Formats: sequence, structure tokens, C-alpha cells
Amino acid sequence: MRVAVVGVGQTKFDEHWEKSLRDLSTEAGAIALRDSGIDGKDIQSLYIGNMSAGRFIGQEHLAALAVDQAGLIPIPATRCEAACASSALAFREAYFSILSGEYDIVMAAGAEKMTDLKGTDAIATLMGAGDQEWESAIGLTFAGLYALIARDHMQKYGTTREQMAMVSVNNHRNGVLNPLAQFPAEITVEKVLKSPLISDPLRLLDCSPITDGAAAVILVSEKIAKRFENPIWILGSGQASDTLALHHRKSMTELVATKVAAKKAYEQAGLKPKNIDLAEVHDCFSINEIIAIEDLGFCDKGKGGKFVEDGKIARDGEKPINPTGGLKSIGHPVGATGVRQIADVVKQLRGEYGNLQVKDARFGLALNIGGSGATSVVNIFGRDKPK
Amino acid sequence: MRMPHKSSVPLFWRLKDSKYRLIGSRCTTCKEVFFPKKNLCPVCRRRGSIEDMQFNGNGRIVSYTIVRVPPEGFEKYAPYAVAVIDLEEGARVSGQVVGNITKVRTGKQVRTVFRKIHEDGSDGLINYGLKWEIAE
Repeated sequence: MRVAVVGVGQTKFDEHWEKSLRDLSTEAGAIALRDSGIDGKDIQSLYIGNMSAGRFIGQEHLAALAVDQAGLIPIPATRCEAACASSALAFREAYFSILSGEYDIVMAAGAEKMTDLKGTDAIATLMGAGDQEWESAIGLTFAGLYALIARDHMQKYGTTREQMAMVSVNNHRNGVLNPLAQFPAEITVEKVLKSPLISDPLRLLDCSPITDGAAAVILVSEKIAKRFENPIWILGSGQASDTLALHHRKSMTELVATKVAAKKAYEQAGLKPKNIDLAEVHDCFSINEIIAIEDLGFCDKGKGGKFVEDGKIARDGEKPINPTGGLKSIGHPVGATGVRQIADVVKQLRGEYGNLQVKDARFGLALNIGGSGATSVVNIFGRDKPK
Repeated sequence: MRMPHKSSVPLFWRLKDSKYRLIGSRCTTCKEVFFPKKNLCPVCRRRGSIEDMQFNGNGRIVSYTIVRVPPEGFEKYAPYAVAVIDLEEGARVSGQVVGNITKVRTGKQVRTVFRKIHEDGSDGLINYGLKWEIAE
């Protein structure tokens, strides 16, 4: 059994003061349905990723609300949570629900409404993804956790402040052309290095923003996929876990969960890192893109900074990374990001991404990470139907 | 204001052994040490045998940061230093390092001190616990 993605949708990622979470999830789902040509009444089940609507807006029981708002009652609706990797989990559950033979047409979505809380409350809410008793309790933040990782990477491998800045510069350069990006503006290395310190050595322009938004994709069985002109196939899917607290890991400069998830996805796809034509990776903080490049096998451990500096990650480079802007420029509504990344990989593989198109893209990869790496999900997609 | 994470007395009380007395665990099967206390050895699982272990509160900084944009509840302490610390006995922990934040460096020896951690609003609990100071 093979499963394909035949519809994708994303709201603009932004500070949507005039829209609620329910508005955003319905909008993304409707765009995905229109994109696929499938009628809403043919959707058999919904899986939705969301990190923390309970704390961001006080709303739990979100999956039922989403089908209610979308006029899809009474189909089953399931919410998945793994912090910032929530919607990649929703995608995998949707995938498995088709593989199991139970359904043929399923929607996977992700949504988050973050700007209803003031900044310090949003930071505390995001820290719900860390270890409450031993990280959040001492005043750590996610910028703080990734700062600890960044410093260790600099100490161990000589990764420079400038190389981290170049990640943000590349993603913003790509995002300029993305009409759905929250911050489609070019920045310079100098601008990153002069932006305010958030948690040394990380500065404001190393950090992905606080964002509202939603994304949705439609998955179908092989049988249904035959009706579509340009289905994009799921070739491999891996997910792995690690310690919730960063300090409980033997190494802070690699995310073992990413390595394990990637190995599984590559094996299933029968592909090697060199075969991947583009990757959407989880640049919640600039250092995390450097670590992702290493953990996905695009270069040796410790060489990620140099890989970025050499321009290999540009859209027309050797290994285009975040060619649509990444979390940094597009925005990071935490529970929506995983499915947004998948939607972007699908658009690239269809070859219909206009100004954002990576040339001759056959194989694409999406890496979605929860917390400081306690959850990692890697999905690999292809243009041609696998054997 | 919504305070969904307003802390309770039991939340801190049940962590008293680790948070106030530096008690961790050792597995007598694989000899691995853990901080804080665990009730299951993740290496040996059912073959493991966990017992309490007293840590001495000495450690060494392996990475650090200065938190300048704090979460709700920590505003009045910022900027503050947070480090990942290798404990002398073998486990690792995160902790705030008190004193002059410009003196915090990787490789510095640190030891525990008892300090106020956080006040939960004007009518909430005042939480105390361990922080770290440079010992050299």
C-alpha cells in the first residue's frame, strides 16, 4: 500500500489579531480541499496537531472544534501533541490510518494561535515543552536551551557566530518571495549580529518568531491517488524520542532522535542523504538548522557551519535547505509548522512553486522537531510512484 | 489574568529530596547514577535496582547562557546565568549561576547554594531551591 498527498493548504503565517484559531484551521483546510478538488464530505477522518491551545487561548478539545467549524461532523477527529512537532505527528497518524486499510481519504492539519498571550506568557507556555521540574522551574527558555546547545557546538567544533547568522540570512532571502511568510524581508549578517541578545550567544534574529497560522494536507490511498494528475508520494517516515531535559543527554551537539528518525525514513525510501533535492528543516533557532544539516547526513558532524558558510544551502545551491523561508522567515505557529513544511515539500515536488521553485526537485525531506529534540520526525517524499 | 500553571505546595513538597537535599539515584545493577531521583533505571528497567544516592553539590560548567528575555514570573531576575553542570558524581543538571554573570565560563567549578527561585505572583508561593555559585 502506498499513500500520496494530493492537496495542500496554508494560511498566511502572521499576527492574526482579527482571526481566531477556529478561523485559521478552517481556512487552511478549505484551501487544501480546493487544491485537491476533493469534496469536504469525502474526508473520512481528521488528525490535527496543536501544541498548547489550552494555555495559549484556554481551548482544549480542539479536534472536534475543527471538524465542527469545517462542517465535517460527524467524522472522527484526533488531536496530536509533541510540542513543535505536533503536526508532523498528526501527519504520521493520518498516514497510518490509511496504511491500516481503515480509510482512503484523510486530512492532516496543524494550527496554533500564539499572539493572544503577552510575550512573557507565550515564552512560559512554550517552555511547557521542556522539563517543567528541572528546566522551566529555574527560568530556562527555549532560546536559553538552544543557546546552551549553540555554545557547546561553538566550543566543540569552532562553529562561528557569523555562520549561525548566515542561516537566518539565507532563510530570509528565500522568504522574501513567499507570499505566506510572516517576515518576507532580507536581512544581513551584520544586522543579525547587531540585533538584541535574547540568550547569549543567540540574538533576536537567530530566533523564529511567535506566529498565528494553520496548514493542512490531504492524504489518499493508492486507489484514490490514481484519479490525480500529480500525486506526491510518501516514501519514508520516521519518528524518534529522546530525553525531555537537554541536560540528560550525553551530547548536546547532536539530536539523536533526528538521526534515528532519519535513518528509518532513508531506509524506507531506499535513499541516501545525497539523493535529497531539498529539505525543509526545523530552524526554530539558527543553530538548529546547522545541527539538522549534520544529523540528516548532508555533511559530517561539526561541519554544518562551514556547509552554510559555503553557500551550499541556497535555493540554487548544492543542497537547498528551507528554500521557502524556513521557520525564521515564514513564522513558527508551533503546532502548524510540521504540516506547513510538508505542504512546502509537496509544492516543490509538483514543480509548481514559481519563484520559490528548486530546480528539478524529485525527492524532498521534511524535519520537524519538538522541544530541544525530545521528538523528531522525518518524512521523505517523491514525485514518482515508488515500486 | 489566566494562571494555568499556578503552583501548589505539593508540587514542590514532593520534590524536596532532590531539590533541597541533593538526593539522586544509583542503579546497583549497572552502576549508572541519576540526578534527580528516579524510580526506574532506564538502562536496566526491570532488572535494575534503584537506591538513593547523596550528591555533594560540586560540579563543573559545560555550557552556559545569559537569559535576557525571561519567561513569565522571572522578569525581575533577568538577566541571569543558566548553566549545564556536570556533577562530580557523574550526572548532569541545569541550574542558575548566581553572582557576577560576566564571570560565568565553561570549565568553572561550581557548588550549590540555597536561594529564592521564583515568586508565583503577589499572592502565590515563594519557591526556594538550589542555585549554583562559582567555587574558584
